[in-house]
Amino acid sequence: MSEALITARNLVKKFGELTAVAGIDVEVRRGEAFGFLGPNGAGKSSTMRMIGCVSPVTSGELRLFGMDPATDGPRIRGRIGVVPQMDTLDTELTVEENLHIYGRFFDIPRAECRRRTKELLAFAQLSERATSVVDNLSGGMKRRLSIARSLINNPELLLLDEPTTGLDPQARHVLWDRLYRLKQDGVTLVLTTHYMDEAEQLCDRLVVMDQGRIVAEGSPRSLIEQHSTREVLELRFPAGRNEEHGPQVEGLGERHEVLPDRILVYARDGEEALAAAHARGLQPESALVRRSSLEDVFLHLTGRTLVD
Amino acid sequence: MSSNSLLLRIVPPVFAVRRPQRMIERHVVAYRRQWLIIVSGFFEPLFYLLSMRAGLGDLVGTVSVGGVQVPYDRFVAPALMASSAMNGAIFDSTGNVLGRLKYFRLYDAALATPMGPADVAMGEIGWALLRGQLYALSFLVVMWSMGLVGSPWVLMALPACALIGLTFAAVGFAGTTFMRGWQDMDIVTTATMPLFLFSATFFPASSYGSWSWVVQLSPLYHGVALVRAANSGVWTAGVIGHVAVLAGLSLAALALAARRLDVLLRK
Repeated sequence: MSEALITARNLVKKFGELTAVAGIDVEVRRGEAFGFLGPNGAGKSSTMRMIGCVSPVTSGELRLFGMDPATDGPRIRGRIGVVPQMDTLDTELTVEENLHIYGRFFDIPRAECRRRTKELLAFAQLSERATSVVDNLSGGMKRRLSIARSLINNPELLLLDEPTTGLDPQARHVLWDRLYRLKQDGVTLVLTTHYMDEAEQLCDRLVVMDQGRIVAEGSPRSLIEQHSTREVLELRFPAGRNEEHGPQVEGLGERHEVLPDRILVYARDGEEALAAAHARGLQPESALVRRSSLEDVFLHLTGRTLVD
Repeated sequence: MSSNSLLLRIVPPVFAVRRPQRMIERHVVAYRRQWLIIVSGFFEPLFYLLSMRAGLGDLVGTVSVGGVQVPYDRFVAPALMASSAMNGAIFDSTGNVLGRLKYFRLYDAALATPMGPADVAMGEIGWALLRGQLYALSFLVVMWSMGLVGSPWVLMALPACALIGLTFAAVGFAGTTFMRGWQDMDIVTTATMPLFLFSATFFPASSYGSWSWVVQLSPLYHGVALVRAANSGVWTAGVIGHVAVLAGLSLAALALAARRLDVLLRK
């Protein structure tokens, strides 16, 4: 097995009375794409900030490349790339200056900065916008520039906090393609997301976080197999009437969840469950059969949806 | 734990300065397109000097400096030079710092790299000091061309202005870390205006009579005294006291600034 880049043991982060991370154990190995999945406030970002060595650990143990962030912060940060949740691009600089100056923060010689800037502009498909002011870029372009910037020091480990939140579907796919290439090049990726499709696309392994704790761990496929059925039948009844139909779907599948806007029936064969529902005389406004996703895993584990 | 890491735990982050010049490098690139903003800061003290010379100078006549009678414009000029160093440093270490700290998140970006809070604080203060020094130097050239230079010792006014710049940049930066938002920027004007007016800038401290001790509480007063001593070439033991006040204040403010940045950004 390859070496562990990140090791966390009983990692805790408290802000005063509030416990953001309540003792988690994580190990990320070189070359992996690892995800933290969970709703807002689950402790993902706090964990990422500790791993990024910009937030002191309250208690527990954290090692990156075998080093302690408390004492070797600058050295560790020199070997990682960070894409924060909110873009922190330098709005007073042009696109290429953003990359160049960031490289200088890592003590990279000027000539080397220029070379990498050119390379990364091509990678981020921003070569034509090299001299644009950052403010004039679209959301997707800014995000790509953030990722390009985080790669200026050739990081061994790339931390991405909600990399595609707020982007339109097309921009997200472009970004996923870039991240996939990095993964192919052997960069270790650690990302947080509350999009299950993102986690399923990018992550080899992930942990589901809820209220500062890890509630499940595994590959996207194994998590779905362990915590959900193969298919899901979604039944929508008129607004406000989903609750009352709850008892009537009992037994259609292995189990069901009543949400405010729909009822989810977990079954191995969704079509079969739908036929059974019709046979019981149920007349939903709409019905949909789909594969189980990580969203269902999360719902099952925590009783709540990922995106509120 | 190695002795090295033990040392790092004991020594506060305030003194872990490794690459503050990177911040200055960033500003040089950013201001290449905004040099006009920098030039504009030079004019305020210049206009003051012109108005004092043309108007007040004729009314006042001469003022006694260290027992020597000097024309009013030569009395005011060094004080305006000290003020320009203060203004240059304050401009950069308050509004600009607030923007980069709270709104543009420049420091968040920097701290994700090997840069530390002390690098950021020292870099910003260094940049502000440089800007103050630029104004002081241009002001000195104007003084010289107007025949207001009293002694070759005036060259010592430049390091004096560097010390003034350092003091106000550090104090400005430290103060800015306590600001809640743009609304608090008014405090800067409210604080610097009385300093500018009552630091023995326009009248000797003696003209305040029994209240002259209040004047001595102003850091700018000590800066003005240094620049005035340089321009007259008359050095007294009091100079040591002025230097000590400014240096002490600088160090305290520097430590506070780096500490505050650490608290604010490394949560």
